Amino acid sequence: MGGYILKRLLSAIPVLLGITIIVFLIMAMIPGDPATAILGSYATPENVARLNRFLGLDEPLWRQYFTWLGNMLQGDFGRSFRLNRPVLDEILDRFSATLILAGTAFVLCAVLGIIAGTISAARQYGFADKAITSVVIIGISVPSFFLGMMMILLFAVKLRWFPVSGMYSIWGGGDLPDLLRHLTMPALALSVVATGVVARLSRGAMLEVLRQDFIRTARAKGVHERRVIWGHALRAAMVSIIPVLGIQAGFVLSGAVYIEMVFQWPGVGRMLVDAILTRDILLVQGGVVFIAACYVGFNIVVDVAQSLLDPRIRT
Amino acid sequence: MTLALKTTDLARTFDIGKRLIGPPRGQVHAVHPVSLEVAQGETLGIVGESGCGKSTLARMLVGLLPPSAGTIEIEGRALDRADPAAFGRLIQYVFQDPVSSLNPRKTIRQIMETPLRRLYGMRGRALDARIAELFDAVNLRPEFLDRYPHEFSGGQAQRIGIARALAASPRILILDEPVSALDVSVQAQVLNLLADLKAEFNLTYLFISHDLAVVEAVSDRIAVLYFGSVVETGPAEKVFASPRHPYTKLLADSAPVVGKPLGGASHGELPDPLNPPPGCAFASRCPRASDLCRAEVPALRRIEGDQFAACHHPREP
Amino acid sequence: MSLFLRLLFRNKLAGFGAVVLGVIVVLALLTPFLPLHPPNETSTANRYLRPLSDGHLLGTDHLGRDLLSRLLWGTRLSLAVGFAAALIAGLVGAAIGVMAGYFGGRTDNVTMRGIDMLMAFPYILLALAIVAVLGPGLMNALIAVAVVNIPFFARNIRGVTVGIAHREFIDAARLAGMGHTRILLTEVVPNIVPVVVIAMSTTIGWMILETAGLSFLGLGSQPPQADLGSMLGEARSALITSPHTSIVPGVMILLIVMSVNLLGDGIRDALDPRLRSGALARPMAATRVDRAQVPPAKGDALLDIDALETQFQVGRRTYKAVNKVSLELKPGECLGLIGESGSGKSVTALSVMGLVASPPGVITGGAVRLEGQDLIGAPYELLRSLRGRRVAYIFQDPLSTLHPLYRIGDQLIEAIRVHDPVSRAAAHKRAVKLLEDVRIPNPAARINAFPHELSGGMRQRVGIAMALANDPDIIIADEPTTALDVTVQAQILALLDELRQRRGLAILFITHDFGVVGQLCDRVAVMYGGRIVETGPTQAVLDAPAHPYTRRLIACVPELGGGRRILAAIPGLPPAVDQLPEGCAFAPRCDKAQDACRRGEVTLDGTTRKVRCLFPEVAP
Repeated sequence: MGGYILKRLLSAIPVLLGITIIVFLIMAMIPGDPATAILGSYATPENVARLNRFLGLDEPLWRQYFTWLGNMLQGDFGRSFRLNRPVLDEILDRFSATLILAGTAFVLCAVLGIIAGTISAARQYGFADKAITSVVIIGISVPSFFLGMMMILLFAVKLRWFPVSGMYSIWGGGDLPDLLRHLTMPALALSVVATGVVARLSRGAMLEVLRQDFIRTARAKGVHERRVIWGHALRAAMVSIIPVLGIQAGFVLSGAVYIEMVFQWPGVGRMLVDAILTRDILLVQGGVVFIAACYVGFNIVVDVAQSLLDPRIRT
Repeated sequence: MTLALKTTDLARTFDIGKRLIGPPRGQVHAVHPVSLEVAQGETLGIVGESGCGKSTLARMLVGLLPPSAGTIEIEGRALDRADPAAFGRLIQYVFQDPVSSLNPRKTIRQIMETPLRRLYGMRGRALDARIAELFDAVNLRPEFLDRYPHEFSGGQAQRIGIARALAASPRILILDEPVSALDVSVQAQVLNLLADLKAEFNLTYLFISHDLAVVEAVSDRIAVLYFGSVVETGPAEKVFASPRHPYTKLLADSAPVVGKPLGGASHGELPDPLNPPPGCAFASRCPRASDLCRAEVPALRRIEGDQFAACHHPREP
Repeated sequence: MSLFLRLLFRNKLAGFGAVVLGVIVVLALLTPFLPLHPPNETSTANRYLRPLSDGHLLGTDHLGRDLLSRLLWGTRLSLAVGFAAALIAGLVGAAIGVMAGYFGGRTDNVTMRGIDMLMAFPYILLALAIVAVLGPGLMNALIAVAVVNIPFFARNIRGVTVGIAHREFIDAARLAGMGHTRILLTEVVPNIVPVVVIAMSTTIGWMILETAGLSFLGLGSQPPQADLGSMLGEARSALITSPHTSIVPGVMILLIVMSVNLLGDGIRDALDPRLRSGALARPMAATRVDRAQVPPAKGDALLDIDALETQFQVGRRTYKAVNKVSLELKPGECLGLIGESGSGKSVTALSVMGLVASPPGVITGGAVRLEGQDLIGAPYELLRSLRGRRVAYIFQDPLSTLHPLYRIGDQLIEAIRVHDPVSRAAAHKRAVKLLEDVRIPNPAARINAFPHELSGGMRQRVGIAMALANDPDIIIADEPTTALDVTVQAQILALLDELRQRRGLAILFITHDFGVVGQLCDRVAVMYGGRIVETGPTQAVLDAPAHPYTRRLIACVPELGGGRRILAAIPGLPPAVDQLPEGCAFAPRCDKAQDACRRGEVTLDGTTRKVRCLFPEVAP
């Protein structure tokens, strides 16, 4: 087991390197040079050249890459010229907010999706199945940002159950109940699509598994149907559900960008969009690498969970 | 007697746990060096249990899998390059699963045309005539030609597979478990058809099967494979009637026969292919095994007449 | 093609999706010809008009532009971009996937590592990075969405291609002289196309959502041009004061994506042959029972199968798999049930404890009595308490019948504790003993093994141990040695025979092998076309078969020691049980058949030996 985890950790190193190369190359392709962006279009050529030298942009590309990589490994992601503060500080501030939002939505989508999918499969063609399938098809078709806006209209403006936006109240907020009140709507809106996808997939996986011979064996032993479904079948179905959870985590993280815009949530998603619109390259670069690295780490956790479940891949 | 097929030290090793760079983690010797000779017009039966390397051997013989070592000669011509098209005109293959060997999205006519067009450049009327002739030979109705594979039963599909193999006008047919997917009543139909075709087209057969009785019923000579090696060869009527290798004896005793009490050994299984024993692979299951057997691999040698066995302590007849 | 459309529209939801999408597409196509306000014509006097205002059916936006006009023009744009992105991603991804999957080896390895690398980004990061390079704009958003989705297609198609590249018909094509290019184009690609179509049709909706999302963020279409996403984005600031400006484009996106998804699901269902036959139905806990009457109880057999009828109802077809089958099993007796595939022998065996997959299986008649108690239609809880305790099963393929993720010990312990609430430790002890009984070497250590760590023979021993766990009276063995090698088969048969003698088990042994029946069974019943055609003591039946089918079936099986010979084949095929002929089912293949055989019902006559034939070989 320990060997498997170690192997999986080592195999992440080339992936992380690949990510940094891809991001670096994409950013290097951005037309126009950052110096002009920083100094504005009225800057003199001498000043632009001086700034380029200062930023190391006159060096060959590979040297720039290694300098950038080396700095990053030491925790130096550069400075955001727009915010005038270190990129890493900004990312870390923002990332915790995104983590709270996306993490809650992910847990919601995994738990609700698997339960709904399993019930749906166990009652195939029954009322519960039809109801769940119908809700799911709407769920996976609605744009999360539109859903969020409608929730604001209904629950915040009309019913006044939840605050319209933000993460904490401006006056007297900051404690956990306050956070939860602010979190409920965005987390729900964010989890809807992923819940639909997970429910659909769980249903399919369960139907596939329920036809297997070992389910017949369990029934022939006299195992109670409840345990056949929630024990034998669900456990086997998890083998194909878990990898999808890994992919869905990426989608939840992606969807967070929209939801953060709609609910004014102070997360990395909004930070990135603003950075792109203002051409704050170092912030984009750092943010993308940081989030991608976290996602790679999360996928290692997923793989380890998978190997705990399935002894056949633990070699 | 002219030789139809001759293999010299034909062997195949598979790498296990390949990496992007560097050597593989392990190697499995699926087929140890095998030397076989099959005479023109003969049927050589090859028997063995799962994992004995019989399908790997068969795939090498038709050029679908390049051998790791050794040579193949067909009618005196060496075919050492793995090029199925070059092999195709001389040697053809009939697959175990008749339905999966036919492309589900093609009509039977399209399937039948391929070898005639590709290997012989046939077109137009000659093509149609040849297909009609082949279909007649395997007792199938010509209206089947415009249907799709899923419309056929296993027995019919296997006839189509045989007709396709014959379309290449090969000298040799490799029959890889051609009847194991079929029901017994249909099995006999196909076996009899194969016997008729052999006489009609003057073919040489390599008949691979795990079913001893079927192999005995159709073969002139039989080779017994165990763990990638030939352990015994001999005339069909002698191999199971008076086996020389203890493994052949175990096989013969294990086959269920009406009126014979339950036989075979009560336990014992194949060795681990990733970690093979040093001497004879059968030694751990063999009642006659000695220290010599556990140290040294026995070579295939003549025991008596035309019976050969790879055993240090062969049985008396 | 017409079959495809018929299947597609049989699915009502897909039909609904097709109609809604059809209307939207037609509207989008007709937009330039409709009498609409120009979409970008501003009018500060008419800002934020409510829907149903004069001249503005859906109202106006913050610049006083007509919402209906902007909606239709925006729909046009969103649809075009979504479809284009799906097409690009689908084709490029499929091409990469097919190449990697077909050629395998290093090509595959390098390509898939690259794909993995791209998939290591949450998709929006990559899309944002691409837009950052290319600059905001609808075309660039399209490219970003397409590129981001390529890895998903490539991976999916590669998996399918690997499956196809290893199919035997690819080998056959190579032997028929085809080169790689030709094989790819004529053998592989036609089999991939449905998968690509399914993948595209189920992801177009998603792509439309993603492009709308980028536009919503202001990274897609730039003003004054608007797609649905940017309309929503512009309306956001007036969400509370003029919600209709948000609701109108939002509902349109929802409608488009939902109809695309419904239609996509329909296409998938119609193209996937497994879904087409309804094979993805999950079997229920017990077989459905729907019988008109119950035959009266009689006799005192341990297990009495009485005029059992089990059918498979698929669409409009009814397969009479088991047709009035009657069998009796006495304590300690071994009864062989022999027949070819499709004869109904396994279905008979599974019907006993309600284990026939249902749907599509239904027990439509007869009774199965265990010491006089009818099991057909018995309450689930009663059936469950008898399963494994009084009647246990051993199945064919020991790899697929054991749960792959549980240790064999846990599976054994579960079997014990389901019926006998002993402590885990006590059950563990009993499980070790069971493994010892079935001669698994070193049982105390092997009990912790997973099924995949055991050989086929060992797995089947575990299957037998599990069946023995609660000391049942009856074991139903459904072809327990068919998947095994001959030397292992002999071991398992010997073990079963010994256990039976020692424990006084009654065994119902299903097989297609006369040799096995001859060695193991006291009595034998022969099935053909869902019915018993002959029963009797094994030796008597094998020595002098009474039914012509039995005689000829025995004759066409070669027996070891017979030497080289021509086999006696039975011409023709076994009957399909959804269209059984009248009279004797074997008559079309029988050389003794007369007109009388093809009329009316032939009965099963006799006492200890019974035969269903008007002209039996020997008098029963």
